[in-house]
Amino acid sequence: MELFAEVTGNLGAVGYGLAAIGPGIGVGIVVGKALESIARQPEATGILRTNMFLGIAFTEALALIGLVAGFIFT
Amino acid sequence: MTRINVIMLIMTAALLIFFFMAFRRPQVVPRGIQNVGEVALDFVRVQIAEEILGHHAKRFTVLLTTMFFIVLAFNITGILPLMHIAANSLIAVPLILGFSAYIAFNYAGIKQHGLKHYLQMNLFPPGVPLPLYLLVTPIEAVSTFIFRPVTLTIRLVANMLAGHMLLVLFYGGANYLLFASDSWLMKPLGVFSFVAGFAFTLFEILVAFLQAYIFTLLTAVYISGAVSEEH
Repeated sequence: MELFAEVTGNLGAVGYGLAAIGPGIGVGIVVGKALESIARQPEATGILRTNMFLGIAFTEALALIGLVAGFIFT
Repeated sequence: MTRINVIMLIMTAALLIFFFMAFRRPQVVPRGIQNVGEVALDFVRVQIAEEILGHHAKRFTVLLTTMFFIVLAFNITGILPLMHIAANSLIAVPLILGFSAYIAFNYAGIKQHGLKHYLQMNLFPPGVPLPLYLLVTPIEAVSTFIFRPVTLTIRLVANMLAGHMLLVLFYGGANYLLFASDSWLMKPLGVFSFVAGFAFTLFEILVAFLQAYIFTLLTAVYISGAVSEEH
């Protein structure tokens, strides 16, 4: 069979790209909503910021597992 | 001893010296380095411990403070000259930290409620229809007792590893494009790569603080979930 195009490299990079889509959108939503709430109620900034970082931490874990998985499953 | 061990020893000594200098002769009106020390300690106590744990805060402030400053000191070595690698980018170091968090929140919960009630609280949350426990209990067991320390560890190590590799990529790229490449067309790209590397060095400082904050915050949240009365 004749090859028309060839790609070389590590499939882990593609995997990480896929793994970053969901958490990217998720972190965007978390931060966007938190900023919206802060704009509505500036006096609640402290508690909102804390909870925003918590939400980011939980969402971001998925992307980071995607990064690590590229190294583990080679 | 590996390079990571040396870095860990140096940073631990630096932390000890910093706090010794700050609180060697504490004065009512703080001056100089005591100001810095007080702001740093207040940040953990007020922003993390008291905000999350409420009236339980006092018992756990020592643990959370130690954790925050150790994580921060081990993170910041990623951008310090001559060290250039975060001690936390070797998985053993965050593993120990995550394991201490694991012991801390389980100990706090068992001491507060007793082993039976603590397990019951975590594995059989009230208000769920009886057949659903088939589904809920395994999920809760895995997410509480396995994934919590694992995600704490992986979050820290992956952030530090990614930051290290990003800096290597940009500075290595700058070096190659500016000096090793034959084509002069590559020089502007090399300059861009160097500037981007500098920008990401600044970004790494932010990440070092943020990850220390998040690690401590999550430990506090786990402890708070373990000692709270009912969910």
